[in-house]
Amino acid sequence: MADRATASAPAVELEGITKRFPGVVANKDITFSVRRGTVHAIVGENGAGKSTLMKILYGVQRPDEGTIKVDGQVVNLHSPADAIAAGIGMVFQHFMLADNLTVAENVVLGAEKLHGIGDSAKREIRRISEAYKLGVDPDALVADLGVGARQRIEILKVLYRGAKTLILDEPTAVLVPQEVDELFAQLAGLKDEGLTVLFISHKLDEVLKVADSITVIRRGTTIDTVDPSTVNARQLAELMVGSELPSPTTEESTVTDRVLLRVDHLVLGGGTGRPVLDDISLTIHAGEVLGIAGVEGNGQAELVEVIMGMREPTSGEVYLGDTDISDWHTRAIREAGVGYIPEDRHRHALLLEAPLWENRILGHQTEAPNVKGQLIDAGAAKADTERIVKDYDVRTPSIFVTAGSLSGGNQQKLIIGREMSHRPKVLVAAHPTRGVDVGAQSSIWDHIRAARREGLAVLLISADLEELIGLSDTIRVILRGGLSGDFDPDVVTAEDLGAAMTGAGEREESR
Amino acid sequence: MRPFDARRALLSLAAPVLALVVAFVITSIVLAAVGDPVGEVWKTILAVPKPRQTVNIVNAAVVFYLSAVAVAVGFRMNLFNIGVDGQYRVAVFAAAVFAGEGWLPGWLNILASLVVAMVVGGLWASIAAYLKVRRGVSEVISTIMLNAIATGVVSWLLLKVADRAQGSNSIQTRTIPESSQLQGFQLVPGATNRVYSLVFLAVLVGFLYWFVLGRTRFGFDLRATGRSESAAVASGVNVPRMVMTAMIASGALAGLVGMPLLFGQDYNYGTTFQSGLGFAGIAIALLGRNNAVGIAFASILWAFLDVQSNALQIQAGVAQELVNIIQGVILFAVVIAYELIRRADKRFEQSRVARELAAQRSSAPATEGAPA
Repeated sequence: MADRATASAPAVELEGITKRFPGVVANKDITFSVRRGTVHAIVGENGAGKSTLMKILYGVQRPDEGTIKVDGQVVNLHSPADAIAAGIGMVFQHFMLADNLTVAENVVLGAEKLHGIGDSAKREIRRISEAYKLGVDPDALVADLGVGARQRIEILKVLYRGAKTLILDEPTAVLVPQEVDELFAQLAGLKDEGLTVLFISHKLDEVLKVADSITVIRRGTTIDTVDPSTVNARQLAELMVGSELPSPTTEESTVTDRVLLRVDHLVLGGGTGRPVLDDISLTIHAGEVLGIAGVEGNGQAELVEVIMGMREPTSGEVYLGDTDISDWHTRAIREAGVGYIPEDRHRHALLLEAPLWENRILGHQTEAPNVKGQLIDAGAAKADTERIVKDYDVRTPSIFVTAGSLSGGNQQKLIIGREMSHRPKVLVAAHPTRGVDVGAQSSIWDHIRAARREGLAVLLISADLEELIGLSDTIRVILRGGLSGDFDPDVVTAEDLGAAMTGAGEREESR
Repeated sequence: MRPFDARRALLSLAAPVLALVVAFVITSIVLAAVGDPVGEVWKTILAVPKPRQTVNIVNAAVVFYLSAVAVAVGFRMNLFNIGVDGQYRVAVFAAAVFAGEGWLPGWLNILASLVVAMVVGGLWASIAAYLKVRRGVSEVISTIMLNAIATGVVSWLLLKVADRAQGSNSIQTRTIPESSQLQGFQLVPGATNRVYSLVFLAVLVGFLYWFVLGRTRFGFDLRATGRSESAAVASGVNVPRMVMTAMIASGALAGLVGMPLLFGQDYNYGTTFQSGLGFAGIAIALLGRNNAVGIAFASILWAFLDVQSNALQIQAGVAQELVNIIQGVILFAVVIAYELIRRADKRFEQSRVARELAAQRSSAPATEGAPA
């Protein structure tokens, strides 16, 4: 390939990239090339090694073996600065913007040398914004902007630094369907201007829609690079998983008329602005899964914290059966039979540096078999941990390893096993399959279905619309602290939910 | 218990040993740089202690141990009780006044005084706890300020209650009745001085510390809060109440720090009463990794260095404050070494788990599913 003219060399070419890490799936012999002026997608399930690959491309980590060529030249990327110098820019999944600064200030931050920090910088920002139709106003305050606009600023930041190849890491994870379409239109614009886009995702429909070429990664290695016009989502999924893709489907309804959890006119004040939770009422019956959809940050986390007694509501009540538990402590609520699968398992569900059996005690420090009177019953807790590890298929060499050394899926299976071991009446599950691999995902779905069959009331909060539609008996959408009416998961589409999640007719705000 | 793990045991021993070696090297460099006799200094410090000094080492270690355990209770839940210093001085003053009155006979007087000391130490610490829980004041700031206030309050009250000996500048509380003075044990042959009777108190406190933190629900809650406050909250721990309890417990234990000195040596509280024990406790708790046995070894090491350095001026012509440099370097080295070993341990465990899981998978290819 070296004899070819630079102009026709691939924008980025990876050959034999290998990266070894302790304890995680890393990269093994990754090989693919990206043509200039295309959108090239990298797909793979969570934990397949996409993030490591991106970190290598962006100079955050160095490969143990293999070469990276940019425009036909071998490059050695020691740091993100090297990557930027080579024309590679990264748009992270989690935005790195300072809310209290303007767009222009955010863009020039760290790149003051390019065009200064004054008017010439703003002129450059406007020029880029117009050239690529990003619609970014350099004087706007970031705090006032929506998610879509923030993402465009991140893209602009990268272009401002002279990137010719953009890496977008799961860019649609934070967007609602309508914003996704806008993003795709912008990516097409970038492509027309001769830029190259590397698009990381695990959402196959989106990838098929936007990409010119798709590379599939499984277990840290490249499986194949395919043309989107010749494959369908099913085939792509099978490449990705290596077997048939599980799908979340409920069996026939098990909903009874016995109310187990009732939230009544719940309000949580938000300081000076509008309330974080605005007059929320909901009811969940035994055997019912109530799904809550919503763009992150619309009050779902707070709703869970109020139900679990971690926050005091400003007004309104929470009932467990007929008992008002609004002012109970978390411990009393958990003892009364509310199982809890928190959104952020590292922060809220585990002691990462403690062994598995101590984590089995966590959250149930006052209940058998963990304690005898005031004393911890380590023997019984260990025996029961062994049982959970076996019954819930937690893949671990022993119950004495720290929770932090397990993979996300196995951590989550341990948590679910722990919660279900105390015969809860209500299960509050926030993003139960976030960041877990496909194998664990389907078993977690099975456990939620089993809970529903056993007559639990399940409150399921998720950002995965497919998961919500597949598991819920009723779906409601949370937007700016308020709950929508009921959606029937049998007839609702992801687009309907997406519209409700942004607030139909209020879309101008997200610009 | 966790099955015995040789690697882990080795690693946890490696850190303090490494720290001692580093301290030895750095101190030698400092000595050589300023032209002090390096060999003479180490010969003095590392000499085998005479019986009398051995007793002094044990006695100093007893007091250090109580102080370090008091600090460690806070450390275990990420509370930095810098105020043990103030807490023990307020407490020992109160106990000395109480015991000096001699309202109760002999042992009863001692036991009641211990209770007084714990209550007063706990109360003093509860001010910082209250400020943290109700007002969000960092306990580091409030306890440091309370140390200064304690100094003032005790000096002021001491003037009010003091017995001033004729022709002496030193003032002290009324000396406790002879029936409540503890003579100590003749433990070391050939020594004219005796080991504090209240060495028992240190052993008891150490055992209770291990038992309560490691074996009880309360201890589990406390350790969980220290490891991850957010996870503790979600698990139902009432964190503000836990902060109050742990801080007061720490203060109550701090109250005991001065007791061996009061009943075994000074018999009253005065301007010459030993100070700075609370700060030594912080260092020793760190060195001992908040572990009941580790703290015991750290206390003995600290006491050994303190006592052995007394002879430095005479034997080597070097100021005995040199020992502060040694102790400081040990502390730095050990904190760094612990962190390095913690990280190494974490990585090692992750790769071990991955390896063992991979081995399980290849030996049982029938198990389907995604990579762990």
